[in-house]
Amino acid sequence: MSVLSVRNLSIDYVGAKTVFRAVKDVSFDIAPGEFFGLAGESGCGKSTIAFAIGRLHRPPALIRTGSQILVDGRDVLELDDAELRSFRWREVAMVFQSAMNSLNPVLTIEDQFYDVLNTHTGMSRSAARERAAELLGLVDIPTDWLSAYPHQLSGGMRQRIVIAICLALKPKLIIMDEPTTALDVVVQREILQRIHKLRQELGFSVLFITHDLALMVQVSDRIGIMLEGELVEVNDAQTIYRSPAHDYTRKLWASMPRLRGAQIAQDAK
Amino acid sequence: MSDTAPIIALDNVSKIFGRADARVYAARSISFALHPGRTLALVGESGSGKTTAARLIMREYRPDEGRLLFRGTPVGNDSLKAYRASVQMVFQDPFSSLNPTHTVRYHLERPLRLHQPGLGSAQRQAAISELLTRVKLDPTLIASKYPHELSGGQRQRISIARALAVNPEVIIADEPTSMLDVSVRLGILNLLNEMKRQLKLAVLYITHDIATARYVAEDIMVMYAGQIVEWGATESVLGNPQHPYTRLLLSAVPDPDRRFADAQFEDELGHIDEIRRQSAIAQSDVREVGPNHFIRPMPA
Repeated sequence: MSVLSVRNLSIDYVGAKTVFRAVKDVSFDIAPGEFFGLAGESGCGKSTIAFAIGRLHRPPALIRTGSQILVDGRDVLELDDAELRSFRWREVAMVFQSAMNSLNPVLTIEDQFYDVLNTHTGMSRSAARERAAELLGLVDIPTDWLSAYPHQLSGGMRQRIVIAICLALKPKLIIMDEPTTALDVVVQREILQRIHKLRQELGFSVLFITHDLALMVQVSDRIGIMLEGELVEVNDAQTIYRSPAHDYTRKLWASMPRLRGAQIAQDAK
Repeated sequence: MSDTAPIIALDNVSKIFGRADARVYAARSISFALHPGRTLALVGESGSGKTTAARLIMREYRPDEGRLLFRGTPVGNDSLKAYRASVQMVFQDPFSSLNPTHTVRYHLERPLRLHQPGLGSAQRQAAISELLTRVKLDPTLIASKYPHELSGGQRQRISIARALAVNPEVIIADEPTSMLDVSVRLGILNLLNEMKRQLKLAVLYITHDIATARYVAEDIMVMYAGQIVEWGATESVLGNPQHPYTRLLLSAVPDPDRRFADAQFEDELGHIDEIRRQSAIAQSDVREVGPNHFIRPMPA
């Protein structure tokens, strides 16, 4: 069974006079342990989908009736507040582009872990410290940093800490919305390689959102391409790269200068 | 690099921050020259000193060591106005580099008034139309708009038009496409290439996106910890990188042909800390590794 199953998802942003449909009848599945990429330009609706899966939307966003988001067979859109509290982090965790800035600046790294672990599992301070040390190990950060404050760490380290917090409750699905866009290529490689390895060890699925197609092909098993709210093509990463079916996918590839070989693909301009 | 005389040259320039006991070389003995009709790319990770180099050229920073030469003579306060009329900058963020309370027309009229006071009002309006046409925007539609009415790509075109308004010889472009969507990016890069050819501009293109550097630049420099560690003809440096740091940087660029699932992938970053540490050590030696291709070798 799929970990995530999005069915006929439509989302509107409702204005005073106009209604803008940001997501148009989108359906896709993510299998256990799968790394699924969602690509497209700004404004195509990819983050709107990510927000919907975490039930993070507030008006003016409106998820249309008939839409379904099934996580392990349960419809996320039907959850009440108590269910939602236990669903977030425990079943689905999210890392945002600016996640490194979402750490609380006045709490030590240890306290940030304790906050999540104690709220969701009632874990004691000493047990939380042990678990936090274990989680930091997963993302290659020495345990000495537990007593540090966020401003003492580099952007890449903070982003890895957020990923470690995401792993704390062993979620089935991690949503990563441009998790490395603000970082350097070398740091980006280190982080994604680490996620790739952790996924193999721990077996969680990933919904990975980016506009960087080359990166997406490098890390994903399957990829969906979005254009103006529609999912126009879904296929395995190699097919999206080698023989894209949709005209827009071809044009996206053609607009990216390459590091090796021909400067840009033939379809360009 | 080129047979023409350089317009701007940095000659062993260093910029040092911090106090005597904790000196940080944001730029360490950097030398390069900008030639008409050519683009030089400066690549490196954040904190490597790329923007410091731009600020040294824009005279926001004064060199602590070395000289900034304009047509062969050091830039001084007396020649600053002529210098500013020749050297213009395009910034990274198209959303904050235009004044939100003024129209596009105002943004382009101001440099024309300041630098070409002889122009009459009608001539200025004609010049504005010409500039907008040059950057492929429709003057009748765009001139009266405010920045918030334009897309990121359109705003970046306005920034380029504003830089061109003073008839510059040199454009310093600091990450001009990093905040734009991929489909818009190529249009801006093509525009930069076209301006360079038509107007014989000398361009310094600063970026961390090495693939776009390859698309616009004849020559490239790789910077790390304030030093230029490898430089030369773009195809030679990117096709046959000789410095370990350049290799590290290139291997980290997302490449759809090399997948994470492939086995040999994991060790590639194994020496990353060592390479970084070694590359940061001051190195005065320069070795020529090929025609127009140089490195500062790491200590053995």
